[in-house]
Amino acid sequence: MSILINQDTKVICQGFTGSQGTFHSQQALDYGTKIVGGVTPGKGGTTHLGLPVFNTVKEAVQATGATASVIYVPAAFGRDSILEALDAGIKLIVCITEGIPTLDMLFVKEKLKQTDSILIGPNCPGIIVPNQCKIGIMPGHIHLPGKVGIISRSGTLTYEAVKQTTDIGVGQSVCVGIGGDPIPGSDFITILSLLENDPETELIVMIGEIGGMAEEAAAEYIRQYVSKPVVSYIAGVTAPSGKRMGHAGAIISGGKGTAAAKTKALQEAGVIVVPSLIEIGNAIKKIIN
Amino acid sequence: MNLHEYQSKLLFKNYGLPIPTNYVCQSVDEIKEILAEISTQSLINKKWVAKCQVHAGGRGKAGGVICTDNLNQIQQFAEHWLGQRLITYQTDNKGQPVNKILIEQASQILNEFYLGAVIDRALQRVVIIASTEGGMDIESVAENTPELIHTMPIDPLTGPCAYQGRELAFKLGLQGKLINQFTKIFMGLAKLFIENDVSLAEINPLVLTENEELVCVDAKIVLDDNALYRHAELSQLRDITQEDERESIATKQGISYVSLNGNIGCMVNGAGLAMATMDIIKLYGGEPANFLDVGGGTTKERVCEAFKLILSDNHVKAILVNIFGGIVRCDLIADGIIAAIQEIDLNVPVVVRLEGNNAEIAREILANSQLNIISAESLADAAQKISAVAV
Repeated sequence: MSILINQDTKVICQGFTGSQGTFHSQQALDYGTKIVGGVTPGKGGTTHLGLPVFNTVKEAVQATGATASVIYVPAAFGRDSILEALDAGIKLIVCITEGIPTLDMLFVKEKLKQTDSILIGPNCPGIIVPNQCKIGIMPGHIHLPGKVGIISRSGTLTYEAVKQTTDIGVGQSVCVGIGGDPIPGSDFITILSLLENDPETELIVMIGEIGGMAEEAAAEYIRQYVSKPVVSYIAGVTAPSGKRMGHAGAIISGGKGTAAAKTKALQEAGVIVVPSLIEIGNAIKKIIN
Repeated sequence: MNLHEYQSKLLFKNYGLPIPTNYVCQSVDEIKEILAEISTQSLINKKWVAKCQVHAGGRGKAGGVICTDNLNQIQQFAEHWLGQRLITYQTDNKGQPVNKILIEQASQILNEFYLGAVIDRALQRVVIIASTEGGMDIESVAENTPELIHTMPIDPLTGPCAYQGRELAFKLGLQGKLINQFTKIFMGLAKLFIENDVSLAEINPLVLTENEELVCVDAKIVLDDNALYRHAELSQLRDITQEDERESIATKQGISYVSLNGNIGCMVNGAGLAMATMDIIKLYGGEPANFLDVGGGTTKERVCEAFKLILSDNHVKAILVNIFGGIVRCDLIADGIIAAIQEIDLNVPVVVRLEGNNAEIAREILANSQLNIISAESLADAAQKISAVAV
């Protein structure tokens, strides 16, 4: 049994008939994900990719019994789409959309607290349990079912870690991209607690980057509650202060959020922090041997 | 996006925050008109401050601010600075161009406070920050004397409340009518922050004058770029003369680019991988010249634009292309890279590391291209090869 999703998870797509929604829903279907329909306001009653389209998330949930939703709407509609999914009782919301204003996310987080739903993202690749369920934009074919749980703030860095764990034959139990925004729906700690209790996961890879204090908070959590070995990589050692490095959340401000401080906090919590991205696979091999 | 002090103060004014009487000028003729106007009013015997308007702190220490009761000195100051570049500890060694000067009535300072607003990522709230240590570098105050920093989180569902402003006022030791004055400023600042999608606002210092009035003497506002689409008027305030030219061009093309000081240009897909690529170059003894995320869809056109951006920095001696082809096939990316190199007649060595879908076919295509392309087997191999050719 994996965390959050498995081969039976029924998924709907918000922004289903748009170009991103169409492309990635087809990829997910090809991977074997149970996409059961989608939502595009005004196109209810039609079909797309051979699946029903609904006007609202509530209708989609009633008709299909979906418990998860993946969101591919433009940034200006991100807040509304997440709130609609929450209101319809969706338990797992995965928001791929990049560029949602930070203040919108403050409202979303407030609303999330009133429910037991989980939001992954925004500005993330999504979540995948290899060979069972892929919700998001990650390339399915690089994954291998296995025992490493991967959590990351960056999409492409997740793929690098996936490739390395696949190449050494260890594989992944689940990969969760929590996204590069300053206010993510789920933080490292939410996912770490799930992985700690997941029997499929024997090792954890946590990929962080400069900006904010999420890695420091995760380090404290790992020190207290995580018994499984954790390997970590922090991107942005060479990033200058005060400059946003692509991701909205990747900025060192007021001397806070440096890679050095994060590395130190994680090491003090017993985490193996590799100095270079390419060392992740080797570090895992060492632990297993 | 950064606002200038004079722009921030206009916004302050709209939200009822007290600012000094001020004028903005962008030419010597304008300054003469302003000084003439000042001369005809009873304002003539007062002290005035003139400040260069640039997107950087540390203006005072760099000579970009004067305070005087001699209007001739203000004219000389404006004549000296308009069209010049101001170099402060926060700018690069070229400095920032001075296109406007703010002239405002000086305040008789009795006491200085700090008032700011940020988004606290851990609390996931807008937080108003106040301190008695105004006029100082607030980060060092927070580091050395955290007990002098008072914070007030704003609930997104209720917005700011007057009692929160009063609480902060008492913590700052304010009394009498100043409590209400401060509370109004607190409410105005919080409202301004939320209604305009601000990501950082600072009043440093917030001055208590000898006339028992609070006045916002300096003003800094940074806006959330992601929210500019819903603030058409604020978007108009962008001053591209204050931004790195290459970074502005990149933004227009949907490419994330940050210039750095090294000589190895980088082109990468994904922000995280772009940072990791810079880090690994450094680890192998090289110095990255830039951060560059080409974003999704590594097409020939995008690769061309990215190469042009990288090459506009004449320190670049070699370029490392690092692409993880997840959904897009690497052989198509290789074709795009070759076409781009041919189109722009690239003359520095390029090391290419392609990983993912069809990576081996892609390596063959690159190796057979007869171009100055060095194909790398892995990221480590790429870092080694690029450091070797960039010396």
